[in-house]
Amino acid sequence: MSAVKVRRVLPGFGLSMGITISYLSLIVLIPLSAVFIKSASLGWSDFWQVATAPRVMASYRLSFGASLLAAAINVVFGLMLAWSLVRYNFPGRRIVDALVDLPFALPTAVAGIALTALYAPNGWLGSTLNELGIKVAFTPLGVLVALIFIGVPFIVRTVQPVLEDLDIEFEEASASLGASRLQTIRKVVLPALAPALITGFAMAFARAVGEYGSVIFIAGNIPMVSEITPLIIITKLEQYDYAGATAVAAVMLIVSFLLLLVINALQAWSARSNERVR
Amino acid sequence: MAVVAHAAPFARAQRFEASPAASDPPLVKWVIIGISLTFFALFLLLPLLAVFVEAFKKGWEAYLRAVVEPDTLSSIRLTLLAAAVAVPLNVIFGIAAAWAVAKHDFRGKQFLITLIDLPFSVSPVIAGLIYVLVFGAQGWLGPWLLEHDIKVVFAVPGIILATIFVTVPFVARELIPLMQAQGRDEEEAALVLGASGFRMFRDVTLPNIKWGLLYGVILCNARAMGEFGAVSVVSGHIRGQTNTMPLHVEILYNEYQFAAAFAVASLLALLALVTLVLKTFVEWRAGIQAQEPEAP
Repeated sequence: MSAVKVRRVLPGFGLSMGITISYLSLIVLIPLSAVFIKSASLGWSDFWQVATAPRVMASYRLSFGASLLAAAINVVFGLMLAWSLVRYNFPGRRIVDALVDLPFALPTAVAGIALTALYAPNGWLGSTLNELGIKVAFTPLGVLVALIFIGVPFIVRTVQPVLEDLDIEFEEASASLGASRLQTIRKVVLPALAPALITGFAMAFARAVGEYGSVIFIAGNIPMVSEITPLIIITKLEQYDYAGATAVAAVMLIVSFLLLLVINALQAWSARSNERVR
Repeated sequence: MAVVAHAAPFARAQRFEASPAASDPPLVKWVIIGISLTFFALFLLLPLLAVFVEAFKKGWEAYLRAVVEPDTLSSIRLTLLAAAVAVPLNVIFGIAAAWAVAKHDFRGKQFLITLIDLPFSVSPVIAGLIYVLVFGAQGWLGPWLLEHDIKVVFAVPGIILATIFVTVPFVARELIPLMQAQGRDEEEAALVLGASGFRMFRDVTLPNIKWGLLYGVILCNARAMGEFGAVSVVSGHIRGQTNTMPLHVEILYNEYQFAAAFAVASLLALLALVTLVLKTFVEWRAGIQAQEPEAP
C-alpha cells in the first residue's frame, strides 16, 4: 500500500476551472478593467471635476436617494406580501406568488412605458392623482415608482423562505409564556427575519442604483431634477465624451463593488442566524 | 433564489392558521392581506394589464400591422439571435463553473463566487460602456478592428456581447448551491464502478441537476431577450439592423407610435408570462424531485 490517499478527486477540475477563469476574464474582468484604466488616464483633478460636477452630483442625490427610499418602502410592503403568502390562505394566492417575480421577467423597457402610461397626467392613475395635485410621471416621484416596481421581488423572495422555515414552536412558546401576539411578533418573529430583510433591502438598493430601462421613460429626465446617474453616462457617451462617461461609471462601479461586499457579508450573516433559528 | 429552496409545500399556511398561538385575529389577517394585495395590484398587476390594454387600444388590425411590420420582424430576429448565442454559452460556463466550485476544494472559492455574481451588481449602462471602451473606434482594439474592417460596437457582435455579460451569472448561481447540496458521493461511486468521466457526468450529474439547469436557462433567456440598458449603449439604434425588440419599443414610443410600441411590448410581456409559468412548473417538479427518496 502506498501512502494514505486523503480523498478521491473528481475529474475535470482543470478543464472546468480553465473555462470558468478564461470566460470570466474575457467577458467580465478585462472589459470592466477598461473603466478604471480609462479614468486613470484622465488624471486626478480632471476626474474629480467630472465626477463631482453639479449636474452629476444632483444625479447621485436622486439615484441614491430614490433607491434608498424605494428599498425602504419595499421592506414594509414586501414583508406584508411575504407574510400573506406564507401565513394566510386566500383566493388567488398561487397566482400572486407566481407574479411576484414579474419584475425579474418583464423587460425593463416594457415596465417603463407601462408605468408611464399609468402615471402620466392622462393615465389611469395619473389623472386621479393629478386632480389631487400630485404629479408622478416626469418628476422624481416617477423615478421612485419605477424603482419600487423593480425592487419588489428582492424583498419578498429573501424573506419568504426564512418565514417558511421559522418554527411554529417559537411563537407558541412565546405565547405560552404570556407574551401578547404583538410582543411575539416584535421580539420573536421580526428579529429572526431581520437578516433576510436587511439583505433584501441591500439587494433591492443595489439593483435600483444601476437601473435604467424602467426609469428613463417615467422620469422625464430633466437635468438637475429627474436625471438619474446611468442616464448621465449615456448622455456623455452620445456627446462622444468617453472620458467623462467613464469617470462617472467608475464612481458607480466603486459604489457597486462596496455594496456587493456588504451584501455578501449580510448573506453569510443571514445564513448563520437562519441556522440558529432552526 | 435557488429552485429547491423555493419549492416549499403549500400546506404550511394551514399549519400556521390552525395554531392558536401563531395565527392572527381575522381582522388583522384581512387588513394585512388587503394592504399586500393593494400594493401588489398597484405596482405589479396594473402595469402588466396596461401593456395589453394599450396594445389593443386601436384594435386587432393595428396590433397585427405593428407586429408584422418589417422593422419589428427584424428586431424579433435579432433578439432571438442574441439569446440563441448568449444562453448556450452561459450554460456551458455555468456548468463548468458549478462543477469547479461545487465538486472541488480550492482556495479563494468564495472570491470566485463573488466574481461570478459581479455582472448582477454592475449597472446595465456600464455593461454596455465597457465594450465601447474595448471595441469602440477610440477603444483599445478600435484601430486594429478598423484596419481589418470588423465592426463590433454599433453592430450585432456588440449586442451579443452585452447580452452575454448581463446574463453570465444566471445558470451558474442556480447550479452552484444545488450541486454543493448534492455532494460528491454519487459521482465518486460512478467512478469506482468504472464509469468514464463523461459517462459519470451524463448519467449521474446531469439527471441530478436537470431541473436546476432548466430553471437557470429560463431566467437567463428572459433576461437575454429583455435586456435594454446594456444593449442600448452598444446598438447604435439602426432600424432594421441593430434594433432588438426592447430597443424597437423605445424607438416606436419616442416617435409617439404608442399603440405600435405597446404591441411590440405586449409580445415581450407574453414572454415574461410564459417565463413565469415555466418557472412555477419547474419549481413544482424540482420540489417533487427533492422530496423523492434517493432514486434507485
